[in-house]
Amino acid sequence: MEVKKDFALYLMRKMLEIRFFEEKIVDQYARGTVPGLAHLYIGEEAVAVGACANLKEDDMITSTHRGHGHCIAKGADVNRMMAELFGKKDGYCKGKGGSMHIADMQIGMLGAMGIVGSGGPIAVGAALAAKKRKSGQVVICFFGDAATNTGAFHESANFASLYRLPVVFVCENNLYGISVSMKRHTRVKHIADRAAGYNMPGVTVDGNDVLKVYGAVGKAVEAARKGKGPTLVECMTYRFRGHFEGDPNLGERYRTKKEMEQWMAKCPIKRFKKTILDRKWASKKELEKMENDVRQEVEDAMAYANASPFPEGEETLEDVFA
Amino acid sequence: MREILYREALNESLRQNLEMDERVFVMGEDVGIFGGIFQITAGLMKDFGEERVMDTPISESAILGGGIGAAINGMRPVVEIMNMDFLFACMDQLANQAAKIRYMFGGQVTIPLVIRAPGGGGRGAAAHHSQILHGLFMHIPGLKIAIPSTPYDAKGLLNTAIQDDNPVLFLEDKMLYNTKGPVPEEYYTVPFGEAEIRREGRDLTIVATFRMVGKALSVAQELAKEGIEIEVIDPRTLCPLDRGAILESVKKTGKLITVDEGNKVNGFGAEIAAMVSEEAIEYLQAPICRVAAPMTPVPYGPTLEKFYIPDEEDIKEAVRKAMAYH
Repeated sequence: MEVKKDFALYLMRKMLEIRFFEEKIVDQYARGTVPGLAHLYIGEEAVAVGACANLKEDDMITSTHRGHGHCIAKGADVNRMMAELFGKKDGYCKGKGGSMHIADMQIGMLGAMGIVGSGGPIAVGAALAAKKRKSGQVVICFFGDAATNTGAFHESANFASLYRLPVVFVCENNLYGISVSMKRHTRVKHIADRAAGYNMPGVTVDGNDVLKVYGAVGKAVEAARKGKGPTLVECMTYRFRGHFEGDPNLGERYRTKKEMEQWMAKCPIKRFKKTILDRKWASKKELEKMENDVRQEVEDAMAYANASPFPEGEETLEDVFA
Repeated sequence: MREILYREALNESLRQNLEMDERVFVMGEDVGIFGGIFQITAGLMKDFGEERVMDTPISESAILGGGIGAAINGMRPVVEIMNMDFLFACMDQLANQAAKIRYMFGGQVTIPLVIRAPGGGGRGAAAHHSQILHGLFMHIPGLKIAIPSTPYDAKGLLNTAIQDDNPVLFLEDKMLYNTKGPVPEEYYTVPFGEAEIRREGRDLTIVATFRMVGKALSVAQELAKEGIEIEVIDPRTLCPLDRGAILESVKKTGKLITVDEGNKVNGFGAEIAAMVSEEAIEYLQAPICRVAAPMTPVPYGPTLEKFYIPDEEDIKEAVRKAMAYH
């Protein structure tokens, strides 16, 4: 995949934003300052960033319980994300959603969903509206390998293919549904194989290679925009953290240390850094500066979150109805 | 005024909304060519085309969730779930998504979605095609619920539902589809949260839903001959609920009976009884009585189904019990 230097550096910066934002959460979680659950995306950054780099601002995405990466890749404000994680008033959801429900309608981020598989029907509906309104929008539906075992996934895939809706189903195959490995949760070899059941194209790509993801999803987005219907893009990846923060020993109950080390050696950020240096898109020093800038951005987000007040208890009663 | 059937009133509402607002579309199982299993959407696909009246696969989650997504992205969908029992096949999209999305995203989004679902026994349709579930859905914050009992309200409440910027569960009583009543030809709305006092009376309050309103009225008429004057209240919407109308009536009569086809435990009547106990117990002169279906699935055969569905005799018995207190 040939890309221009500035675009490559944009991809790098987005992946770093996700990585450093979440490393901050790891730190805060360990200190016991995060009031709720957090499912981290570290290790899977190339999927969200490579996929969303194909989208326009008014295109849409649906996300999962592991949604920070999707938010940042679609252009969400890390200040408001951080404030939401801490349950503060200036958070995206005014402290009502937390890590698992961050949404930003202004940028077409239709929200992180805490129920596995539940984003499918909503993505398909948003795409149906796009088709009816002739808005030209494309919707990316993010989900994991285990979500493809839910009924909602099958209904959505069939529905989208039947009406040739502008949806791209992006499966983040991190090999585990919580603690159950893919070998123990489905008979299919590749999630992409399931696409045949709906007469839609299905492809499997290296999900830790941001350019490969960008290319494969780009093809699917283009087809969707042209009215050719959905594609299922399976991105092979791995979460470096446990299922949630607090999963003992980063998930060693169900994953071997060896497997974890092998995948960590394929870190999407490390790999793309090498590509950037090899192609001389940036010097080591320039990359260091980028890293420092992003770390500062995360510190600023922490400061923003800390400065924001908690909502008053009575605000619980607001926002049920329009 | 012209009189038409409840189902015709619903059809007319859909037709007028499709004409008025290009964002409105209808989708569901068999709503197109077939005109809906109960003919509520009859003729609409022919007149408005397949884009606006869509036959879908049998995929309740995709229908309801698709409605949510389309509503978020600028449309005003009216989806049909063929039988109320089938809502259990898509409870995640209904209770976790439609009802919660606005709230958990901090009020960022509106979901102008109408979910139509017919329910109720009386047709020998047995346990998977007869249950009426409004009491259950009342428990879920974030859903508005309309329960029309007349053709006039069917049209007026559906028009209001389609205008509403929130998910509205629009529940229909199958046994009312062929009942007739006056319905204006022109477009009109019936506001949510305003109960209708179907009959005034000083001695006892009956709060009834769907076709139980009619049964309560016929009992009231009969017992008026004995000098018992019953007030019959039809809430028309359960969320929002016109608590004031019910409380005012109970304060006047001092006696309350709820009549409802839902199952008794934690049902519609339980909520009304609890509310009255909290707000107006000092006015009560008799125990509250709940006339409701027993705690069984809806049975099939005619003797069983007749036993299951509350009828005039059950209501009369409750009235006599209450009237024994002074």
